[in-house]
Amino acid sequence: MFLSRLSPRGTQAMSGSCGRNPPPFPDNEDLEAELDARVLDSDEEENEGEDIFTGARSKPTTPTSAPDEGDIFSEEGSYIRSNVHHTTNGLHSDEELDLFTEATVELTLTNTTSQGRREIIGPTASACNTTHVPNSVLKPSIVTKTMEELEEEESGDQFELNVAVTNPEKIGDGMTAYMSYKVSTQTTLPMFANKTFTVRRRFSDFLGLYEKMSAKNSLLGCIIPPAPQKSVVGMTKVKVGKEDSSSAEFVEKRRAALERYLQRVVAHPSLLQDPDVREFLERDELPRAVNTQTLSGPGLLKMINRASDAVNKMTIKINESDNWFESKLQEVENEEQLLRRLHAAVDSLVNHRKELCSSTAVFSKSVAMLGSVEENSALSRALSQLAEVEDKMEQLHQQQAFSDFFILAELLADYVRLLGAVRCCFEQRMKVWQRLQEAQITLQKKREAEAKLLWANKPEKLQQAKDDINEWESKVSQYERDFERVTCTVRKEVLRFEKEKARDFKQHIVKYLESLLHTQHRLVKCWEAFLPEAKAIA
Amino acid sequence: MDDSSAETVLSVSANSIRITDVTQDGDVLTFAITSQKLNSSAGVCVFRTYEDFDWLQQSFFSQENVPGLQGIIFPPLPSKAFPLQSSTQAKALKQLGFLALGQNWQSYCKALEFYLQQAATHPSLCKCKALDGFLTNSESPGKQRGKKGIFNRLSQAVEEMRKESHKDVDNFFQNERNKNTNLAASSKLATEKLLDVVMTEQKLALACGHFSTSLHLCVNQDDAAAVAFSKVCLKLSDIIEAVKRNFEKVASNNLSTLGLGLDLESRYQEAEKEMLFRRTCKLIELETVKKSTEKAKPHKREVMEAFQKAVEKEFSLISSVAKQEIERFQASRVNVLRSFLIGWCEQQLDTAKECAQLYSQHLEAFKNMYSK
Repeated sequence: MFLSRLSPRGTQAMSGSCGRNPPPFPDNEDLEAELDARVLDSDEEENEGEDIFTGARSKPTTPTSAPDEGDIFSEEGSYIRSNVHHTTNGLHSDEELDLFTEATVELTLTNTTSQGRREIIGPTASACNTTHVPNSVLKPSIVTKTMEELEEEESGDQFELNVAVTNPEKIGDGMTAYMSYKVSTQTTLPMFANKTFTVRRRFSDFLGLYEKMSAKNSLLGCIIPPAPQKSVVGMTKVKVGKEDSSSAEFVEKRRAALERYLQRVVAHPSLLQDPDVREFLERDELPRAVNTQTLSGPGLLKMINRASDAVNKMTIKINESDNWFESKLQEVENEEQLLRRLHAAVDSLVNHRKELCSSTAVFSKSVAMLGSVEENSALSRALSQLAEVEDKMEQLHQQQAFSDFFILAELLADYVRLLGAVRCCFEQRMKVWQRLQEAQITLQKKREAEAKLLWANKPEKLQQAKDDINEWESKVSQYERDFERVTCTVRKEVLRFEKEKARDFKQHIVKYLESLLHTQHRLVKCWEAFLPEAKAIA
Repeated sequence: MDDSSAETVLSVSANSIRITDVTQDGDVLTFAITSQKLNSSAGVCVFRTYEDFDWLQQSFFSQENVPGLQGIIFPPLPSKAFPLQSSTQAKALKQLGFLALGQNWQSYCKALEFYLQQAATHPSLCKCKALDGFLTNSESPGKQRGKKGIFNRLSQAVEEMRKESHKDVDNFFQNERNKNTNLAASSKLATEKLLDVVMTEQKLALACGHFSTSLHLCVNQDDAAAVAFSKVCLKLSDIIEAVKRNFEKVASNNLSTLGLGLDLESRYQEAEKEMLFRRTCKLIELETVKKSTEKAKPHKREVMEAFQKAVEKEFSLISSVAKQEIERFQASRVNVLRSFLIGWCEQQLDTAKECAQLYSQHLEAFKNMYSK
C-alpha cells in the first residue's frame, strides 16, 4: 500500500524546495473524491457504495488538497455558511438607556454594499433593540433588513472569494534569505480587477498588513485576526539551509498559519472592504513593511498585556446600564485560559503520537532482523511481512499526528490568540470611553471658565471662551458618536466571533473525525492483509 | 522426592493445567492451579507460591538417573514477581518485561501456566514425581530445598563467555549454536522494542484522558453561543475518550498476545542457550581429559582412560538427548509463534474494526446534529 505524501495544500511542487513533506495525508485515490467535496456538507456520504473493508476508496478526509497545480483552493478557503439562526443572543434588550452608554443603534451585520459582498456568518441578531440615540450617525451603506431578505442573501453565492497560500520558496541565501509564498485569489467580487490572480508575499508583508489594520480608525472595535508568530529558531534553520524534516515541518506550519490568517481576514466583512487588504491580495509589488518586530507573536502579546495593565490601573469604569461588556470580557478571559489548557493537552498528545511513530519504526526493524535470522521459511516470511505492517502503521501514526496538530492544535492556538484580539477590542472601547470622559471634563472646565469670565466681566476674553466651548462641544459629540459606534461594533463583532468560533470548531471536529476514521480504515486493511500471512506459517 | 522412577506418569492431563486465580497478600502472590485428573472426571486445585515453582524447577535440575539430563532444554521459569509500587515499577519492568504489565498479573499467570504445560508435555520431565506432587498435592512442597540443582542460572563470567564460543566438533551443533545466538539476541530485542511500543500506547491513552477531561471544563451555559460551543466541546470529549479506549485496547492486545509470545520465545531461546552451553562445557571437559590422558604417566593411564570413557559416554548421551530436544523444540516453537501471531492479528483486527465502527457512528451523529 503506497501512501503518497502530499502537502495539504496540494502542490507537490512544494516538496522540491523543502525536503521532506510533512503532510496529512490522503492517498492519490482519495483526492478526486475530495476535490468535489469542497463543501463540508452533511451529505458528503459519497461512499460510492463500497464496503469500507474492501473498497479501494476511502472516505474523503482531512484538509483536502488539490493534486493538480491548477486548482489550489482548498476546502478551507471556502467558508460555508451554515444556516444561521437569527437569534438575538447576547443582545439583551435592556432598557434604561443612558444616552452615553448603551449605544445600541442596531447596525445590522449584513453590510450590503452595491458590490454584493460575501456574507460569512450570516446576519445574526438583526433584531436587536433599535433604540434611537441622538447624534448617532448611521453609515450610509447599512440598511436594516428583514429576515426574509437576509435569508435570501444567504442562499446566494457562497463562494465569493477564496484565497490560498502555497508554494513556499526560499529566496536568496544565508542570513538574508527569506521565504516567499504564493498568494492566490479567486473571486467573483467586482471590486477586484480580475477573477483570479496571484501575487508573491513574504512573511513580513503579512505582518505589515496586520499592523495597518490595527491602526485604522475605521476598523476600531473590530476583531482583527492576529498574524502568525515570528520564530527566530525556525526561520534560522531555514535560512541556514537545513533541509531536514523539522525545517520542512516548520515551513509547512507557517504556510498553513499564513493561509488561515488570510482566510480569516477575508472572512471579515469590514476587513474585506479595506483597501489595504485588497492591495495585499492584488498588487504586484508591495513596499517592504518595516517595524514589524513588535507586532508578531510575543511582541504583540506584550503590547496587549501592557495595554490591559494600563487600563486596569485606571479606576475609571464605564458606567454601563447592563453588564454585558463586563461579563463578556470575563468570559473571554476565562475561555482564553481554558483554550490554553486544551492546547497544552493536545500538544502532549501530538508528542506522544510522534513517540509512537519512532518506537513503532524501531520495533519494525527489530522484527525484520528477527525474520532474517529465522530459518523456518514460512515464519521468516511472516515476520518480514509483520515488519512491513509495522512500517505502514508508523506512517499512519505519522499522518494522524499531523492531523492532531494541524486540525486540533493549531485551531486551539489560533483561538487563544484570537481571544487576545477580542480583548483588544474591549480595550479599544475603553480607551474611546476615556477619551470621551476626558473631553467632557475639559468641556466642563471650559464652561466654568466662561462662567468665571462672565462674572469677572471680561468681555474681551469671552469670545475665546465661547470658541473653546464650541470646539469642545463638537469634540464631545464626535467622541460620543465614536463611543456609540465602537460599542456597537464590539458587540456585533463578539457575536459574530462566537458564531464563527462554534462553526469553526464544528468543522474542524468533523475533519478530525474523518481523519481518525480514515486512519482506522487503513489500519483495518493492514491487519486484514497480515492475517493470511500469519495463518500460512507451517 | 528426588528420585524419579521411570514408571511415574503424570496423573493429570497436561492440556488441562490452568492458573485460574492469583491472590496477593502483602508481598506474596499465591496462584491457584487447576487441572483435570486423567482417569476420572475429577478436577484438582492446589495453591502455590513462587517459592514452590522455584522448588519444582530445582527438582527438575536435580533429578538422578536421567541419562543425558544436561541435554534437556528445561522450560524457562519466569523471574519472581513482586508487587508493583511506583518505586519498584522500573525494576519490575526491567526484570519481567511484558509479564509485569497488564492487569492483575494476567500475563504473568499465563507465563506460569505455559511453564507447567511445557513441563507436563515434556517426554522426560512429565515423569518427574515432583511435578505430579506439585500439581496434585494439597500440601505445598514447603520450603524444602532438596539438592541444589547441578547447575544454576547461566552466569556471564568472562571465562564462561570464552567457553561459549568454543568450537564444536559436530556441524549440527555448531550450526545450532550459531542460530541460537542470533535468535536469542533478536527475539530479546524485538520483545524489548514491543514493550516500548506498548508503554507509549499507554502514555497516549493517558494523554487522551487528560485532554478529554479538560474539554469538560469548557461547559458554559451563559448564552446560546456558549451553549453551542459547549456542545461541540463535549462531543469532542466523547471522541477523544473513544480514542483513549482504543489505545488501551490496542496496548492490551499487544501485551496479551504478541508480547507474551515474543517473551516466551525469547526465554526459550535462552533456555536452549543454557543447554547448549552445558554441552559445550562437557565437550571442553572431554577434550581436557583426553589431553591429560595422553600426557598421563603409564601407571595412571588406565585410570585416566576409564575416566575418559565415562566422560565420553556422558557427552554422547547429552548430545543425543540434546539433538532430540532441539528437533522437538524447533517443531513446537514455530507452532507456538504461529498461534500467537494469529491470535494477535485477529484481536487487533477486531479492535480496529470496532473502533472504525465507533468513529463512524460518532461522525454520523455529529453531522446529523449540525445539519439543520
